[in-house]
Amino acid sequence: MNIEEYLRRDYVATLLKEGRRIDNRKLDEFREIKIEKGYSSEKAPGSAFIYLGNTKVLVGISMDVGEPYPDRPESGVMTTNVELRPIASPLFESGPPREKAIEIARVVDRGIRESGAIDLEKLYIEEDRVWIAFIDIHVLDDGGNILDAAGIAAIAALLDTRIPRYEDGVVVRGEWTGKLPVTCTPVPVTHAKIGDKLVVDPNLEEEYARETQLTVTTTDTINAMQKSGIGAFSSEDVDSAIDTSFKKAQEIREIVEG
Amino acid sequence: MAEKEMKLIVDGKRLDGRKFDELREIKMEVNVLERTMGSAYVEWGNNKVLAGVHGPREFHPKFLRDPRKAILTCTYNMAAFSVDDRKRPGPDRRSVEISKVISDALSSVAVLEKYPNTGIDVFVEVLQADAGTRCVSIVAASLALANSGVPMKDLVSACASGKIDGEIVLDLMKEEDNYGECDLPVAISPRRGDILLLQMDGNLTREEYTKAYNLAVEGAKKVYGMQKKTLLDSMVNLEEGE
Repeated sequence: MNIEEYLRRDYVATLLKEGRRIDNRKLDEFREIKIEKGYSSEKAPGSAFIYLGNTKVLVGISMDVGEPYPDRPESGVMTTNVELRPIASPLFESGPPREKAIEIARVVDRGIRESGAIDLEKLYIEEDRVWIAFIDIHVLDDGGNILDAAGIAAIAALLDTRIPRYEDGVVVRGEWTGKLPVTCTPVPVTHAKIGDKLVVDPNLEEEYARETQLTVTTTDTINAMQKSGIGAFSSEDVDSAIDTSFKKAQEIREIVEG
Repeated sequence: MAEKEMKLIVDGKRLDGRKFDELREIKMEVNVLERTMGSAYVEWGNNKVLAGVHGPREFHPKFLRDPRKAILTCTYNMAAFSVDDRKRPGPDRRSVEISKVISDALSSVAVLEKYPNTGIDVFVEVLQADAGTRCVSIVAASLALANSGVPMKDLVSACASGKIDGEIVLDLMKEEDNYGECDLPVAISPRRGDILLLQMDGNLTREEYTKAYNLAVEGAKKVYGMQKKTLLDSMVNLEEGE
């Protein structure tokens, strides 16, 4: 049991009963989002550093050439990995990703994959050779809602990504032949349930106080949803979360694409 | 989800002849294992899933114990031979995620406050997989937990719906899952109507979501009826045996 969590929980919940959030945001208001695309552009084909309030996440995209999946021989490959670095929180430990990191990675992955944001067909090179896009999410400071920060930074980094030159079976580093084909901008929006209220983009204190949360990733349709954490939602909760997600995603999309 | 490579609806019927809102055949049994506190076996279409509960028992590591309640951990494992292409044994990212969402759902209904400082371990073994294993697993795990005697506020029932060839249908089987456009697994606490597990991937409009959600809940409620009957029947058998 985390003592800080235990002590902060009641305060956040009590305040919210009066409709107020601990940092005075509206219930459907995100913290300030700042995105720096091309943060590691000297080396990485694509990257984006995001500040979502206090939460800091750096996403790097690596492009490599490899074999396609046997069942999709003419399609490129994407993989998503999340590293919750120990520097980001006293609660994170070194070592291979555990369930929290894996869940975040898979929800981010689903939003991008299912929306068809990366045009994988265009990543075909020749027989048994396709581009592989590695989305590596490096979490540096946990101020809450790592998932949305990771998902927003991931699509921002993909929009920044260049495809390296590929000659005689070798990837030429530092030379580019064009941009990664990105067709749309999926945006995850996470809703935390605290008491009977839903708030978007929970900060760390709100994460301590939340029972459960729901992430909805949208483009012009819904592409991924994930309920996470112990607790329950009513179907009205989910309906309202979906409507809010479409609205918020559009606002964030303008920041990401801008 | 995979781009469409085959027709999934022919002459208004699904590949296995089911109607759009029809479940696959489901069989359930509880108390099937000797060495667990509670157990269940569920066959759902071609899925075969076994669930067993150890505990409440001492929780390790000690510093992670919760002095207010038990920690319920579900471990979902697929047998290497349960799918067409052999699955490498051991946890992978998919099974870690499914284990987590099932643990979350079960922890939402189990009265864990009754067993502070302990751990309750629910093990799910998928022996044969044919789409929808997370719903089958959660139904089996919930039966096993009830069978073990851990008090629960409600059972957990689950069912998936999805979209194939543009139609919203209930309970996808393998081909529909592979080539369909969307999968929406839902687990509910049937008496309260609460949503305990909700995942979705694919492509749905707002209206399609509502239709798919309602269909999945209808399916889960039917499954709930079967779960209740299974548990009640097991009690009757117990009386007769004594």
